[in-house]
Amino acid sequence: MNRPLSAPPKKSWSWQSQAFRGLVYQVVAIALIALGIWYLGHNTLVNMRERGIQSGFGFLFQTAGFDIGEDLLGYDSNQSYFKAFMVGLVNTLRVAVIGIILTTILGTLLGVGRFSRNALVRGLCQAYVEFFRNVPILLQLLMWYLLFTELLPDASEAWQAGSVFLSKGGLNFPIPVWEPGHLWAGLGLLAGLLLAWLRSRWARAHFEATGQPRSVFWLPLLIVVIMTVLGWLLGGAPTQANYPSKGEFAIENGGALTPEFMAVLLGLVIYTAAFVAEVVRAGIASVPRGQSEAAAALGLSQGQEMRLVMLPQALRVIIPPMTNQYLNLTKNSSLAVAIGYPDVVSIANTAINQTGRAVECIAIVMLVYLTTSLTTSAFMNWYNARAAIKER
Amino acid sequence: MSVRVFQSLPARPAPVQQGGAIGWIRSNLFADLRTTLSTLIIGGVLLWYLPMLFNWAVLSAYWLPDAQACHPVEVGACWGVVAEKYRLIIFGRYPFEEQWRPLVATLLMMALLIASCSRAFWKPWLVLAWVLVLAAFFWLMLGGFGLSPVETDRWGGLPLTLLLSTLSIAMAFPLALLVALGRRSELPAIRTLCTLYVELIRGVPLISVLFMASFMFPLFMPQGTKIDVLIRVLAGITLFAAAYLAEVIRGGLQAIPKGQVEAAASLGLSYWQTQRKVVLPQALAMVVPGIMNNFIAIFKDTSLVTIVSLYELTGALGLALNSDADWRPYKIEGYVFIALIYFAFCFAMSRYSLWVEAQVNKGKLR
Repeated sequence: MNRPLSAPPKKSWSWQSQAFRGLVYQVVAIALIALGIWYLGHNTLVNMRERGIQSGFGFLFQTAGFDIGEDLLGYDSNQSYFKAFMVGLVNTLRVAVIGIILTTILGTLLGVGRFSRNALVRGLCQAYVEFFRNVPILLQLLMWYLLFTELLPDASEAWQAGSVFLSKGGLNFPIPVWEPGHLWAGLGLLAGLLLAWLRSRWARAHFEATGQPRSVFWLPLLIVVIMTVLGWLLGGAPTQANYPSKGEFAIENGGALTPEFMAVLLGLVIYTAAFVAEVVRAGIASVPRGQSEAAAALGLSQGQEMRLVMLPQALRVIIPPMTNQYLNLTKNSSLAVAIGYPDVVSIANTAINQTGRAVECIAIVMLVYLTTSLTTSAFMNWYNARAAIKER
Repeated sequence: MSVRVFQSLPARPAPVQQGGAIGWIRSNLFADLRTTLSTLIIGGVLLWYLPMLFNWAVLSAYWLPDAQACHPVEVGACWGVVAEKYRLIIFGRYPFEEQWRPLVATLLMMALLIASCSRAFWKPWLVLAWVLVLAAFFWLMLGGFGLSPVETDRWGGLPLTLLLSTLSIAMAFPLALLVALGRRSELPAIRTLCTLYVELIRGVPLISVLFMASFMFPLFMPQGTKIDVLIRVLAGITLFAAAYLAEVIRGGLQAIPKGQVEAAASLGLSYWQTQRKVVLPQALAMVVPGIMNNFIAIFKDTSLVTIVSLYELTGALGLALNSDADWRPYKIEGYVFIALIYFAFCFAMSRYSLWVEAQVNKGKLR
């Protein structure tokens, strides 16, 4: 054997040294990427100068000059691009937040439905999941929008249920008129929530001390409802509402949801719920069967078994993929641009066409979504840490 | 003292039949009051609506490409729209007389896709076959060498969907492998770069990446360079898909016990040998479902290129119907038609993924 018995002496600046090689690789990688970024940046600057494109975010304070179909901020076309972007942001967040809540409910029902003892319920849930997750979300959004704008009757022949109208113009419904009495109802609600929270704390302490369970859902809910109604009565029981009515061409007054909003919301909820259903199913399936048998052997009721044994264990598996689905829903809401719902992407698109500031506008869009994504995942990580197994 | 006489208890009734069709129906549909009630309600609703749907889709539907005849048919679907417009929907704006070319190209690609799914074809020459088929695909679509040239902006429909998804999957996978390895690397700079890439891309929607590819990319390039929009969009989808795929693969890498790498090191394998021969085969096998899910997602996501004016299936439908007042009212049938195409592809992929999973896990079964 010709090999030397001892390892060759380490030379820290030699190619033989792993640390040195690592250093070289990293320097090369960083240099390449810096070079690439410099190259692209340089080209961009040159191109912009050549084409006379101005840069910078100064345009945000110019007059936007376009109208936005739906806004909650009282925007009009004389206001600045900045305000227009804020309207878009609010619209995006509105769809995302409401969508996440509805998706969680629908998806959980569908996921639990896969474990039903009824074969019809199982089959329907599976068919739902298989169908809706295998068709692109964009196509579904377009289909819902088409259904809302083409197949519903005109405003003059709107479908009517009480004071709720459904037509091509969207969904119109009565909204209560603001009166001081509602403030009392709000105060009652707050007081009810406080009482319910105190009662839940007491119930937990009582359970820890004596082992006797106390109602933790129905009674607190009752407290909240009673306190709200009490506050409402105390405020003089205001019942006046703004009712929609059929006008010449459109339904007037009352609250309204545009067909664009409904199509985006419905499309996102129905699509994402299929994925959430799978997440929930996998979570529940991950809890060993013995757990539910043990719970039954201890004499827990079905509800207790779900709440105290199955859910806490399933949640650990469910939360991380669920976070991904929430993020997906938020990001998919950007497809609203395809059907003309004025979300932040749609506003940016208009702004690009009007001002030519592609770089700035796309940067704003990316920043908005990055912030929302990071906030959502930070919140879900916090929740996940709470639900995770407490180890030493 | 009375004499106790032994008396046998009366026999218990025979258990309800458990097996067979009747047993299944009894235990799955009419087990107790609640199940029975929900069976009756859901069954009633289904019995009410399914015949209506069947009537709309089949019985009262009109199948011939004649818009005038469709109009009086109010209750049924008008599949005439598909019969009339299918060439525009499937091939987009491709020149009408030349549409045999995308047809042959698509058939070639699909034949090879299906062949690649079967284990018998997992041989080294499959790569060569792919290179040849892709070359043929581009030749047929682009023209040249005896065929009249067709600009890429006239490509559309199913061939475009297939091309975008196949190429972006094929290019995203190696990139994702590298990024996943990079995120687990011991070199801090490389780890940071890969993490930054993945988190940035995953934080933004695909549509903004596509906007970037279509609006901003021309600004990035030196003066005078013109890169085809198809290539730009392809690059965008690839970069996007690679970030998601990298996370899936990283999940597999993390599940490999440390002992595997240490054993490989003690055998004297280099880093790349370790990854190639020890770590990746195990890690990839573990995340087959995730990878296939990603492929399905990419396939569905190609529909977004319609927003940046490339007319793949979804865009081609709008192209075919929006400007035609006669057929516009039947757009919903058109949507159902392409929804079924997408569904067929995605459903096939998800079933295939189950099969691959079973193949990969064979070694673990005893």
